[in-house]
Amino acid sequence: MNVFDVIQIAISLLVLLLIGPYLGSFIYKIFEDEHLLPRFLRKIENGFYRTCSIDSKIQMNWKTYTVAMLVFNAVGFAIVFLLQMFQAYLPLNPQNLPIVSWHSAFNTAVSFMTNTNWQGYSGESTMSYLTQMLGLTVQNFVSAATGIAVAVALCRGLTRPQGKKIGNFWTDLYRGTIYLLLPLSILLALVLSFEGVVQSFAPYLKITGLDGIEQIIPQGPAASQVAIKQLGTNGGGFFGVNSAHPLENPTPFSNWLQLISILLIPVSLVFTFGEYAKSKRQAWAIFSAMAVLLVVGLGVSLYAEYSGNPLLGGIVSMEGKETRFGIANSILWSVFTTSASNGSVNAMHSSLSPLSGAIAMFNIMLGEIIFGGAGAGLYGMILFVLMTVFLSGLMVGRTPEYLGKKIESREIQMVILGLLLPSACILLGAGLSSVFPVALSSLANQGPHGLSEILYAFSSAAGNNGSAFAGLNANTVYYNLALGIAMLVGRFGVIIPILCIAGSMAEKRQAAAGSGTFPTDSALFVLLLIGVILIVGGLTFLPTLALGPVIEHLLMVQGVTF
Amino acid sequence: MKESIFSQNLLKEAVRESFFKLNPRLLAKNPVMFITFVGASLTTMTLIFAKFDGFNLQITLWLWFTVLFANFSEALAEGRGKAQAASLRNTKVSTKARLLKGNEEALVPADQLRKDDLVVCEANDVIPNDGEIVEGIATVDESAITGESAPVVRESGGDRSAVTGGTRVISDRIVIRITAEPGHSFIDRMIHLVEGAKRQKTPNEIALSIVLSGLSLIFVLAVGTLKFFADYSQTSSGQDLSHLVTVPVLVALLVCLIPTTIGGLLSAIGISGMDRLIRKNVIATSGRAVEAAGDIDVLLLDKTGTITLGNRMAHQFLPAVGINERDLAEKAQLASLCDETPEGRSIVVLAKEKFSLRAKEYSPEHLHFVPFTAQTRFSGVDISQGNNVISIRKGAVDAIEKLIHSKNGSFPSDLKEKAEMVARNGGTPLVVSENNKVLGVIHLKDVVKGGIRERFSELRKMGIRTIMITGDNPLTAAAIAAEAGVDDFMAEATPEDKLKRIREEQAGGHLVAMTGDGTNDAPALAQSDVGVAMNTGTQAAREAGNMVDLDSNPTKLIEIVETGKQLLMTRGALTTFSIANDVAKYFAILPALFATLYTVSQGGEGPLAKFNIMGLHSPQSAILSAVVFNALVIVALVPLALRGVTYRPVGAIQLLRRNLLIYGLGGLIAPFIGIKIIDLVLVFGGLV
Repeated sequence: MNVFDVIQIAISLLVLLLIGPYLGSFIYKIFEDEHLLPRFLRKIENGFYRTCSIDSKIQMNWKTYTVAMLVFNAVGFAIVFLLQMFQAYLPLNPQNLPIVSWHSAFNTAVSFMTNTNWQGYSGESTMSYLTQMLGLTVQNFVSAATGIAVAVALCRGLTRPQGKKIGNFWTDLYRGTIYLLLPLSILLALVLSFEGVVQSFAPYLKITGLDGIEQIIPQGPAASQVAIKQLGTNGGGFFGVNSAHPLENPTPFSNWLQLISILLIPVSLVFTFGEYAKSKRQAWAIFSAMAVLLVVGLGVSLYAEYSGNPLLGGIVSMEGKETRFGIANSILWSVFTTSASNGSVNAMHSSLSPLSGAIAMFNIMLGEIIFGGAGAGLYGMILFVLMTVFLSGLMVGRTPEYLGKKIESREIQMVILGLLLPSACILLGAGLSSVFPVALSSLANQGPHGLSEILYAFSSAAGNNGSAFAGLNANTVYYNLALGIAMLVGRFGVIIPILCIAGSMAEKRQAAAGSGTFPTDSALFVLLLIGVILIVGGLTFLPTLALGPVIEHLLMVQGVTF
Repeated sequence: MKESIFSQNLLKEAVRESFFKLNPRLLAKNPVMFITFVGASLTTMTLIFAKFDGFNLQITLWLWFTVLFANFSEALAEGRGKAQAASLRNTKVSTKARLLKGNEEALVPADQLRKDDLVVCEANDVIPNDGEIVEGIATVDESAITGESAPVVRESGGDRSAVTGGTRVISDRIVIRITAEPGHSFIDRMIHLVEGAKRQKTPNEIALSIVLSGLSLIFVLAVGTLKFFADYSQTSSGQDLSHLVTVPVLVALLVCLIPTTIGGLLSAIGISGMDRLIRKNVIATSGRAVEAAGDIDVLLLDKTGTITLGNRMAHQFLPAVGINERDLAEKAQLASLCDETPEGRSIVVLAKEKFSLRAKEYSPEHLHFVPFTAQTRFSGVDISQGNNVISIRKGAVDAIEKLIHSKNGSFPSDLKEKAEMVARNGGTPLVVSENNKVLGVIHLKDVVKGGIRERFSELRKMGIRTIMITGDNPLTAAAIAAEAGVDDFMAEATPEDKLKRIREEQAGGHLVAMTGDGTNDAPALAQSDVGVAMNTGTQAAREAGNMVDLDSNPTKLIEIVETGKQLLMTRGALTTFSIANDVAKYFAILPALFATLYTVSQGGEGPLAKFNIMGLHSPQSAILSAVVFNALVIVALVPLALRGVTYRPVGAIQLLRRNLLIYGLGGLIAPFIGIKIIDLVLVFGGLV
C-alpha cells in the first residue's frame, strides 16, 4: 500500500462525508416538502396518480402500507419471472437467447425484487436486452425505492407526534424513484458512458484480437443499468463478472465513481433520519457507529491482504483481482460493497485472503447495517439501535425510550424478529448445505474454503447483498430455490417487522427528555451500539466463522492449503 | 419483618421448593430455563441409553444444578414474601362482626359482610373489613399492617375516616360502613401481593423475556448448526471428532451461551423488587406501578408535611414604633396562652426562650379567653384589672386592621410594611393589638424540613423535577419554594388545579407521581402515573392511588422511585453480565471442540488450539469448567438479585458508564478468571 492508496481511500471517505448531509436533507425534502420542486413536476406527479387512481392525500397505517408494498413487489416479481420465461419470443433479443430455466428465473426474479441482485446466471449469456432493461433495470430502481420508502416510513413512525399514520407507499415510491434515483442515475450513466461503459443495442461483436484469436465482445445497454446498480445498492452486474468487466468498469475514474455511488444514498439516508428526528446529533451518532465499523473492517481487510500469503512466498496475491485496480481498490470495493448491501464486485471475493474474505462475510452477517442497502441499511441499523436503547435504558433504571418514545414489548418482539430471521436463514441454510450431498456437489473447493463458499452464499442471500464468493456453482435447482427463500426471508422478514415498529411507534406519545433520560446521541451510546452489534453478530456467527475463514487463515499461516 | 436474606428457615424452604419447581409446566413460563431443562433431560437420556461415563455424568449433574439454582433463587425471593403473608394471615382470624340493621345489632361472621353494610365496633373489637367511619371517633391499633405500635385516631368525616379490616379498636365506639367485598379487602390484596400469587409479568419483564428468548433461539440455531459444520469439517479433514461433538457437549455449549444468569434470576428480581417496597412499608397494587415509578420525572409534592414540618412556628417579634419588643412578646404570649394550635404554642415558647417570660403574674380568674372564629379571624384574651379590661388580640393583618378601625384606632403604615416583608419572605404575619393600639407583628415561619434541600438536588440529578403544591399565596409559596429548593410551585392550588397540572405535564410527555390523602385528592391520584395514597387517608384516596404508604410519609415517594429504578437496573445489569460472559465461554469451549481439527502433524495441535488462551487442561476440563461456572454464577448472583443493584442519584450517562464498567467489562473478564480457577480445581480434584 502506498501513499496514493491512502490518499484515495481518505478522499473517498471524505467525499461521502461531505455530500451525505446535503443529499440527506434533500431526500427529506423530496418526501416532506411540497414546495421543493417546480410546479410542473408536481403536476406530472399528480397526473400520474390520477392515471393510476391513487389518492395521494391518503395517509396509510402500517398494515395498509405493508400490503401496498407487498402487492407492488409481487407484481414486480411476476413481471421479471415472466419476461425470463418468454424472452425467446420477445423483441430486443439479438443473440436469440433461449428462455431461462424456471428455477433460475425464480431465483433472479426474487433476487431483483428484494434488492439482492444475487446472480446465479451470467448476464451476457442468459438475459436478452429486453429482460435486462424492462425487467432487471426497472427492478433495480423500484427495489431501491421500496427500501427507501420503508426507511422513510420508519422515520415517520419514530418521530411523528402521536398518531397512526406512517405515510403513503405509492407517493413514497414515486418520489424516491423519480426525484432521487432517476436523476442521479441519468447523471452517473452519462459520465460512465463517457468513461467507456458500453451503452448500445447492437449485437455482440466478433473481433480478432492481437493474439490472433477471435473473441466475442458482448454489448448491451450497460451504462444505464450500471448506474442504478450502484446507486440503488443493487449490485447485479450487466455482465457476469460484474464491475471487474472492462466494459462495465473501464477506468480508475469509473471505478472510483462507482465506489462512491455504492455508499452515496445509504450514507445520505442517515442524515435524512436526522432531519426527521430534528436532531443532527442523532444522525451523527448513527453515522459514527457505521463509520467506525466500516473503517475498522477496512483496516483489518487491508492488513490481511497486504500481509501476503506465505504459501506464495509472502507476496501479495493478485489472483482474482484486476491489475487495472490493484489491491487497495479491490479491498476498498469489497468492504464497501459488503457494508452496503450492494453486492457488485470488482475482484473475486473467493480470491481474497481468508481474513479479508471473513470481513466481507461478517459485514454481510451483521445484517447489512454498515450504511447498508438503500433504506435497508438505515432501518436495519435502527433495529440494533432499539436493542441498544433497550439494554442501556434498563441499565439506567428507566423504561427504555428512543426519540422520546417508549420501547415496549411489541417493538422488542419485532426487533428480535427482524434480527433473528436473517441470521436463522444463514445458519440453517449454510448448516444444511454443508451436509446435503446435492449442495456439496456445487463446491469448487474442499476444506474450510468450501465451507466459506456456502456460508458466503447464504449470508449474501439473506443479507440481500448479492455478491458471490465465486467458486460455488449456484445455478442449480437446490441453490436457486434455497437462496431464493433466504432472499425473501432476509428482505420481508425485516421489512414487515420494521413497518410494524413504525406503526406502533407512531401511536406512542413523545416524552420530554430529562437528565434521567439516556441520551442516544452521546459517544457512550455510539460505543455501546457498536458493542451490541459486534457481540450479537459475533456470538451468532463465531463458531461458524471459526470453522471457515478463521481456520483457513490459521492454516494458511501454517502453510497448509486445500 | 426484618428477616435477613439468608435465614436458615427460608433457605431450607427454598431448597425444598426448588425441586417442586422442576415441574415442566412451571418452567415453560421461562423460556431460557425451559431450554436448560430440556437440555438436561436430553443429556440424562444420553447418559442412560447411550454412553455412561464420568464426564457425561458430571455435565448432566451440573445442567440439573443450573435449573435447580434458578428455581432456588425464585423460591428464596418468594419465601420472603410468604413469611410476610403468613403473618398477615394471622390478623385475618375469623372474627364476628356486629352488623347493624336499623337499630338492631346482629352477630354475623366477618366474611359474610357485603359492601355498604353498617357494623359497630367498640373497644377491643377487631374491625371486620375495610370501611369508612360514618359515626364516632376512636383510637385504632393498626400495627397489624403498619408495624407501628402507636395507636392512631380515626373519626367520621374528613380525611381520617378510613379503617382497615384486621385492625383493632382500642377505645370508644364507631359505626363503620363496609367498603370492600369479602376477599377483596386491603389485607387480602396485601397477602396476594406479597405471596406473588397473582403476580403477572410486568411490561418491561415481558419485553426482556422476549429479548432473552430471541437470544436463546439464536444460540439454539448457532449450536444446532454447529453440528453440521463440524460434520462437514470432519469429512473435509478426514478426522473423527465424534468423541467430542456429542449431544451432552453441544447441550453444555448451548446452556452456557443462552442467558441463563439473567433468565434464572429474572423472576427473583421482580419478586424482590416488590418485596423491597413492602419492607419500606409501601404496598403497590401491581408490579407495573413499581416499574412506572422508575420512570417518573415529575413529582408533585404537598408542601405541608412533606416539604415543611407542617406547622408554622413563631420566629420573630417585630414591634411597632415606640413599642418595646419585650412588651410585644409578653402580650403575644398572653394572647396565646390558651391557644392550643401549634402556632399558638410556638409563640408561647418563643417568648419564653427570648425573654424568659412565664406569664404567671395573672391569675386565671382575671383572664378571659377569646377563641378564634371564622367570622372574626382573630383570637386573644381579655384581662380584667379592676374595672379596666385590657383586650389583647392577635390575627391576620386585615382582621386586626378592621378591629382597630372599629375602635377608632389607627394602623401604623410602617407596621403594614413589616407585615408585607414577612409575607414576602415566606412567613405569615400575625398582628398583635392591645385595645385600639397595634403592638407589632409576629413572624410565623414555615419551617422547611432538615435535609429536604439535599433530597431535591438528588432528585434533580436523577432527572426528576419537583413541584410544590400549596394553598399559600404566591408570595409565600415562592419564598418557601426557594428555601426548599424545589423546581417549581403551584400557589393557591385547588384539587382541580392539581388535576389540571398533572394532565398538562402528562400531555408534555412527562410521567407524574404524587402523594395524597384526602378524598379531594382522589381524582389527581388516579390521574397520576404513580399515585401514592397515605394510609391515614380516606378510603377513596387509597382506592384511587396505585400504592399505599403505610407509614403515611410523603417523602417516601423518593424511595419508591429509587426502588423502581433499581428494579430495572438490576435486570439490565444482569442481562449485560450474562451476555458478556459468553465471550469467555466461546474461548473455553470452541478450542476444546476443535483443537485437533486440521492438525498438520499426527497427534499435534490444530490451528484453533491457539484460541485456548486460558490454557485449560483438556477439552473435557474446559467444557466442564464452563458449565460449572455458568451454574455457580447464578448462585453467586442471588444476593445481588434480591438486594438489587445499588442506585446512585447521578445522571444517566454516569450511571450507564458505571454499570457498563462493572457488569459489562466485569462480565467480560470474570468468567475468564472463574473458568480458569474451576479448571484448576477440577484437574486438582481428579474429576477430569
